[in-house]
Amino acid sequence: MSTHESTTARSRGKAPAGERVADWADGRLGIYSLAKANMRKIFPDHWSFMLGEVCLYSFLIIILTGVYLTLFFHPSMNEVEYHGSYVPLQGQLMSEAYKSTLDISFDVRGGLLIRQIHHWAAIIFLAGMFVHMMRVFFTGAFRKPREINWLFGFLLFVLGMFTGFTGYSLPDDLLSGTGVRFTQGAILSVPIVGTYISMFLFGGEFPGHDFVARFYSIHILLLPGIMLGLVVGHLILVFYHKHTQFAGPGKTNKNVVGMPLLPVYMAKAGGFFFLVFGVIAAIAGIASVNPIWSIGPYRPDQVSTGAQPDWYMGFAEGLVRAMPGWEINFWGHTLVLGVFVPLVIFGIFLVAIAVYPFIESWVTGDKREHHILDRPRNAPTRTAFGVAWVTAYMIMLIGGGNDIFATHFHLSINAVTWFVRVSFFVGPVIAFVITKRICLGLQRRDKDKVLHGRESGIIKRLPHGEFIEVHEPLSQEQLYTLTAHEQYKPAEIGPAVDENGVERKAKSTEKLRAKLSKSYYGEESQIPKPTVEEYREITSGHGHH
Amino acid sequence: MSSQDIPEENLPAAQDHAHGEVADEQHPFADPGLPPHEHRVQDIDEKAAKRSERAVAFLFTLSMLATVGFIAAFVAIDHDKSVYVFPIGHINALNFALGLTLGVALFCIGAGAVHWARTLMSDVEVADERHPIEASPEVRAKVHADFKQGAKESAIGRRKLIRNTMFGAVALVPLSGVVLLRDLGPLPEDKLRHTLWNKGKLLVNMNTNEPLRPSDVAVGSLTFAKPEGLEEHDEEFQNEIAKAALMIVRIQPDNIKDKRELEWSHEGIVAYSKICTHVGCPISLYEQQTHHVLCPCHQSTFDLSDGARVIFGPAGHALPQLRIGVNDEGYLEALGDFEEPVGPAFWERG
Amino acid sequence: MKKLSARRRHPLAAIVVLLLALACTGGLYAVFAPADKAQADETAQSLAIDEGKKLYAVGCASCHGTGGEGTTDGPSLVGVGAAAVDFQVGTGRMPAQQPGAQVQKKKNIYSQAEIDQLAAYIASLGAGPSIPTEEKYRDEGADIAKGGDLFRTNCAQCHNFTGKGGALTHGKFAPSLEGVSAKHIYEAMQTGPQNMPSFPDTTLTEQNKKDIIAYLNAVNGDETVDPGGLSLGGLGPVSEGLFGWIFGLGSLIAVAVWVAARTAKAKKS
Repeated sequence: MSTHESTTARSRGKAPAGERVADWADGRLGIYSLAKANMRKIFPDHWSFMLGEVCLYSFLIIILTGVYLTLFFHPSMNEVEYHGSYVPLQGQLMSEAYKSTLDISFDVRGGLLIRQIHHWAAIIFLAGMFVHMMRVFFTGAFRKPREINWLFGFLLFVLGMFTGFTGYSLPDDLLSGTGVRFTQGAILSVPIVGTYISMFLFGGEFPGHDFVARFYSIHILLLPGIMLGLVVGHLILVFYHKHTQFAGPGKTNKNVVGMPLLPVYMAKAGGFFFLVFGVIAAIAGIASVNPIWSIGPYRPDQVSTGAQPDWYMGFAEGLVRAMPGWEINFWGHTLVLGVFVPLVIFGIFLVAIAVYPFIESWVTGDKREHHILDRPRNAPTRTAFGVAWVTAYMIMLIGGGNDIFATHFHLSINAVTWFVRVSFFVGPVIAFVITKRICLGLQRRDKDKVLHGRESGIIKRLPHGEFIEVHEPLSQEQLYTLTAHEQYKPAEIGPAVDENGVERKAKSTEKLRAKLSKSYYGEESQIPKPTVEEYREITSGHGHH
Repeated sequence: MSSQDIPEENLPAAQDHAHGEVADEQHPFADPGLPPHEHRVQDIDEKAAKRSERAVAFLFTLSMLATVGFIAAFVAIDHDKSVYVFPIGHINALNFALGLTLGVALFCIGAGAVHWARTLMSDVEVADERHPIEASPEVRAKVHADFKQGAKESAIGRRKLIRNTMFGAVALVPLSGVVLLRDLGPLPEDKLRHTLWNKGKLLVNMNTNEPLRPSDVAVGSLTFAKPEGLEEHDEEFQNEIAKAALMIVRIQPDNIKDKRELEWSHEGIVAYSKICTHVGCPISLYEQQTHHVLCPCHQSTFDLSDGARVIFGPAGHALPQLRIGVNDEGYLEALGDFEEPVGPAFWERG
Repeated sequence: MKKLSARRRHPLAAIVVLLLALACTGGLYAVFAPADKAQADETAQSLAIDEGKKLYAVGCASCHGTGGEGTTDGPSLVGVGAAAVDFQVGTGRMPAQQPGAQVQKKKNIYSQAEIDQLAAYIASLGAGPSIPTEEKYRDEGADIAKGGDLFRTNCAQCHNFTGKGGALTHGKFAPSLEGVSAKHIYEAMQTGPQNMPSFPDTTLTEQNKKDIIAYLNAVNGDETVDPGGLSLGGLGPVSEGLFGWIFGLGSLIAVAVWVAARTAKAKKS
């Protein structure tokens, strides 16, 4: 639209108001070029692609409700006597933080609802991130060009864990205080600097008078600030890379098939925000979460059985519970392995899944971009590794709740702990082997389906008396979809002689890579896709099928 | 609104890739391309479309009503009124009402929007072309050249003195920030080694705030004690009780296996630190028949009849015992501080 | 006296005499009755002990010995007191049914009268805590908040914040206090059944016990309000996490499936 035209349009007063505002903004922000690229951007439709949205929206809900809670919460550890409306705590000494949380729950109308939305949303946020991460992992969506975004997501998950931890510690109730005490004990176990970090973090001895205020600024400012930045970066990269899609007719590595952002995804994604918010609000109206009033104010000499952290810390709790009590004393020093080893495993275990994309791309040596998702069965080794990881994670979750499991399934807590200790090592191995077998079985079935067609369930008797089941041939779409995946050939160690004919020693990394590559893509690890020749031979030979 | 409402030129142009391709080595079966679009009922039946429209409008209206309900509940329901709701139980009426109305108000907006998108907006699948993320070789070469040019003009490579001092300065400046953190707390010194207990301090019953006599403590009973003079209102109560809390049980002297434990007890009354040596939970799940005490946090189990040694779980060493006796007036008293640090182990513990 | 005899024909005289007579009878009764009752009590008591001994011989002697001296299968009952009997038999724990990590509560097969007889017999073996009277565990005069504090110091470590129970070593557990009568809770604190330590009046006073029971009634009674909604067993983060995954994330995924699903296509005619 030329300047002349727009002036005349305006003078006639005919351009709609919205258009005029947009023109004004474009003149200053250049929104039209931005919109040109994005307004009709295509998003593929699949329920699992909305898991990330669950996380995004619960994060927004947490920020909204969190801001409201800051209006009433006092992050102070000053001792006060309670005289609010909750009778069973009348006259008790407690910190101002705990008292203000009681006031939010009982004396601010709707305060309890907002508190519960905030906490439920946090639990769902972390659960959503876990499932979203697993979706990305098992479909291979982390491959080039998305490795950085995988790391962003991983950081969000880890930071989310710590934001959650600092958040549920703020009310200074007996349960969370016990958790903070655990954290302090774990910090003390760090060799050399442990006591110093503990003294600096708590402003002296535990519990001191500072940690609520310090956790508060970490919880509402530092960590969410970083997370917000990462979320924005995560989303920009999702837009920039365009969404991945499952293989199917018309869907290639060079396109993305789906519905445009405006209007369909605007409505679906925007609507989904309200759906998520609505579900969480209803849950907060129905189910209670972290009832700090029945837990009581924190005192370092009181405790309750069933002292667990929120679920996302349960894995770390399990590691600590399952660890034997090793302690080494030497030269006047103590190495508290019983606490420090779980701390280290916790880190290693998380980093293992974070660096996996780089390991896999090194093994395959594949430098291409991947926008078509794998079906988990078509990457048996990766899928098996992922299932093994999840198995170890789940076993440690059981370990973290071993007392609850013991009482509710009438087991001995010692037996549960021993089960966890053993199966932390054995479970993932079994899971790895079984998963790989299942994947290969499913690959074989796919191959059978391609070559022989779909079992129709119709039994036919042939003239000579033989009974056969009629197989229906697959459509071209199905044939294509089932054979669309790529199969790697195991990498070889380079030639034993270089181009000048001089003998060359293969590096140990090269050997390792060849070995890994063989375990990923060797004969044992994938069922070769049916070829056209095989298909022709079978279909021509058994035409009646 | 049907697919016809979107002018063709507004749809992403590149649909070529969505059409079939030929089979090759990797893909034995050719890609047949996007299947043709099938119409929904709403696309061809105006009546069905009208029904959808009404459903969407109904959802939006329901949301409005729920918001009105939310405000009404906020104003009308007393904040401490409780109500019995089957099968949830006795719950706060206001929280329940606000949660449900807000939930419905939000959910219906979402449901309306999604139903609108699903039934009335175009459901024609379109394909958009991807472009490689990597820059073309020309762009790459240009950027590299530009960078080299800039670096050369800055002379950072040639004037190494400037470069090195700059790196030094930038590397050092964050140290001021680190130094500033020093006053977050005091140095550990020997703070973790001492508690309020010392010779002559009476053992005061946590429940009654009265000093304990040996006759108060029965075999099989469990009592918690604090040092005399430590009151709940004290400024440092939390810090002190976190180290000084005691767990007192009485065991038949014959049943005490550890010699030192017996020596440090008074007629079978033993006083152990209540703070777990694992990570500091107040351990006190005492089984009076087995004399085992279990930590509720991580299940470390100690045998109180055998020097409180660890018999299960992640704790690394026994619970510290406080040496006790009886003073002239017949009250239980401490005969000194704990001989080792209470609570979790740490590097300097030794 | 003249005055008195002069008025003996007064219309009200009969009533006065009647009142005096009533007062005298009442007074006499008041003087003598307790003595009578005590006598009756004593006989009833010895009767109860005899009856209790019979019941004991049938239900208890095989483990606790014929005279309550204890065997390898069961501890001595000398000095455990009537409160212990009332708790153990009243909650159905005794007579024990099968060996295990710990004897669990079950349906009580004795009537209260029989339990009292058994208790009387055991109490006769040696002095011990008696069955508490109702006013000891009534809510009146109790400080609920103080009870909460005491509960968190003495009880919560095994029985959980609001008395939902918890695990002990090797399959033993601290039972839930939900639905346990105030009397039985009082007796348990007094006597320390099985592995539970006792909390005698010397360290946890009668008033302390009363406060604790009042607190439990407030936070774990039939009428207890859970302001936030479903209490999810009152078990804390484990059940909250499960609920969040199954109903929270679960329903959101169900919604996501609906959002992303293809709309039904019109059937080709």
